[in-house]
Amino acid sequence: MTIFLWGVLPYAAFALLVAGLLWRHRYDRFGWTTRSSQVYESRLLNIASPVFHYGILFVLAGHLIGLFVPASWTRATGVSDHTYHLFSLYGGTLAGALAVAGIVMLVYRRRTRAPVFRATTANDKVMYVFLLGAIVLGMTAKLSDTSGNGYDYRATIGPWARSLFTLRPDTGLMAGVPVLYHVHAVVGMVLIALVPYTRLVHMFSAPVQYLFRPYVVYRSRDPRRLGPRPDRRGWERAGS
Amino acid sequence: MRPMAQIAMVMNLDKCIGCHTCSVTCKQAWTNRRGMEYVWFNNVETRPGQGYPRRYEDQERWRGGWELNRRGALRLKAGGRFRKLAGIFSNPRLPEIKDYYEPWTYDYRNLTDAPLGGDYPVARPVSQLDGKPMKIGWSSNWDDNLGGAPAYGDLDPMVERVRREASDKVRFAYEQTFMFYLPRICEHCLNPSCVASCPSGAMYKRSEDGIVLVDQDRCRGWRMCVTGCPYKKVYFNHRTGKAEKCTFCYPRTEAGLPTVCSETCVGRLRYLGVVLYDADKVAEAAATPDERGLYEAQLGVFLDPEDPGVRRACEEAGIPYDWLEAARRSPVHALVCRHRVALPLHPEYRTLPMVWYIPPLSPVVDALTDTGHDGEDPDNLFGAIDTLRIPLEYLAELFTAGDVGPVRASLEKLAAMRSHMRAVNLGEESDPGVPAAVGMDPADIEDLYRLLAIAKYEERYVIPTAAVGDARQLEESAVPDTCSLDHEGGPGMGGDGPFGVDSGRRRLPLVPVENFHVLRRRQTADDEREAP
Repeated sequence: MTIFLWGVLPYAAFALLVAGLLWRHRYDRFGWTTRSSQVYESRLLNIASPVFHYGILFVLAGHLIGLFVPASWTRATGVSDHTYHLFSLYGGTLAGALAVAGIVMLVYRRRTRAPVFRATTANDKVMYVFLLGAIVLGMTAKLSDTSGNGYDYRATIGPWARSLFTLRPDTGLMAGVPVLYHVHAVVGMVLIALVPYTRLVHMFSAPVQYLFRPYVVYRSRDPRRLGPRPDRRGWERAGS
Repeated sequence: MRPMAQIAMVMNLDKCIGCHTCSVTCKQAWTNRRGMEYVWFNNVETRPGQGYPRRYEDQERWRGGWELNRRGALRLKAGGRFRKLAGIFSNPRLPEIKDYYEPWTYDYRNLTDAPLGGDYPVARPVSQLDGKPMKIGWSSNWDDNLGGAPAYGDLDPMVERVRREASDKVRFAYEQTFMFYLPRICEHCLNPSCVASCPSGAMYKRSEDGIVLVDQDRCRGWRMCVTGCPYKKVYFNHRTGKAEKCTFCYPRTEAGLPTVCSETCVGRLRYLGVVLYDADKVAEAAATPDERGLYEAQLGVFLDPEDPGVRRACEEAGIPYDWLEAARRSPVHALVCRHRVALPLHPEYRTLPMVWYIPPLSPVVDALTDTGHDGEDPDNLFGAIDTLRIPLEYLAELFTAGDVGPVRASLEKLAAMRSHMRAVNLGEESDPGVPAAVGMDPADIEDLYRLLAIAKYEERYVIPTAAVGDARQLEESAVPDTCSLDHEGGPGMGGDGPFGVDSGRRRLPLVPVENFHVLRRRQTADDEREAP
């Protein structure tokens, strides 16, 4: 079980992520969108959405630092473990609180505004369960032990996460980790695997290139699209 | 010089009777799908009126188009690149569907299925957004023919501006009021702010014919284009989560056919033709410091297809010969550049729009005739233009950023044309002073008259096909085998895929569902299970 959860699942999640992204890019670029519901309801979204997104971006940054920057590096720059802990506790909690507040408002909005709720698919609901679950579990895990320097994930989870890159994951490191962190990590990995198959896929179309392109885009007509297009399966004309 | 060609449109507002045929045929052709219920690529507004969406011209609220920064350079009114990306998680300037109107249908089934009872069954309106019964409160032309104008007419942003300068000019009291119709489609601007607003780079201006389109495969639903367009002619398909807009019926224009709205226009008031312009001058013209200079500046961008130098440059730029010939015969070029009677809609948005309008003249003649004067006598007519029933100031707010000069010049030309042609038709001796007074000679006037009054189909719509080499193929595609949106990934894609509405390549027949036969079957089926 330990090997499956900490030695197989991460790679499976990553493989599903990459394969899903490639597959979606190849076969479903049309469905690749944020599917915004802002035209239905704007007032709540204008507050909730930026709060959630900025919160979750800080949370992501926190995870990257926490998991992939070894404790020895921060010590080398002269940051004591206690300072680091306070920084991660307050910064992380602030970011997490933003994300939780945002997503709670968003879910509330989705549930109470009839047009928005009507545009919610089963896929969205599953995604919300895992997203909300991952965030709430993470917050709980972090806040459940604030005594002293808190739970020192930089001695266990961090090295394990980095060992994934060596393709020889040190699953033993995860054995003594509190169960809340276990559940959070598993839910998180499932969420990563879900990304390309849900609307979360829009995170991979962050339009950074907008900063560098000229304002007005000119494109030529596709020469292959001049004539009539052949009927495609299922698109035969109706009534004939 | 970097010459480019664009297919542009001119509408003669004198002839618009507000029948909405263009809107309905456009809707049937392009937006009769779920997710697009509230969308009218072509709509006809009664002016004065709030327009569609409501008060879209209030750019202090919607932040559409361009403005000049302190250094005099163009920038998007809704904020530059960094501001767009920082605020990408929500768009506070996005109109909600209810700013257009909440689309509805009726519970027709109740008419036949209602149990026997004392009351006559009715078909209640049902919202198409949440499926619940609703009270209809607004639509795309709720204030048609000045409906509600005494109460709501003041909400027209242009009325507000005219009031500030000439408060007595706009009245909504019966017998003092005025109105005219303004059909609107996408302007297919030379400097499109929707394209500039798109973070994904999904929107583009086609280099061959200047049509502005949305690449449905690259659109990610950031909604910045909806805000960016000051005319609010980019719409958000709330089902697919992608932007859609008027396509200038490119499957038709590529084959040399006029757009659906032009083809079906009852008043024959639309003109289509090629305009050549210098792409190098676009940015400079759009950054003209004085808003009132934008009309002249845009005229300066256009190229004269008769000029041998221009023709040579066009040939070098790869513009086909038949396009050059079409540009010479273009009614749009004639009305815009040669006769200068057509004016752009809201040049102050700095997008350099390419659908131009000939301002309406008729009411002045009627008003004059009513007072016992000869409405087409030139002396009376020129003097009366300043006291038009439709105030010049109002037209100027629409077409020239408030400068009444070009509007007056255009109307005087139309008046001179009437006066001259009346003399010709009655066999009287025409007064050479009349054309001269508006800077035209009788031949010009008669040419303008021919264009405005007589021009047949081939003269009103001078559209070169996409490519001569593909002529045969194009001829076949003029009546395409399938809908032009039916390509893979097109907006006609249907069905609720596992990844959200309209995802994937499942072949659910969304567009055919809405066609005539299926509609007929659904409406005539006795049993709802029979209906598709």
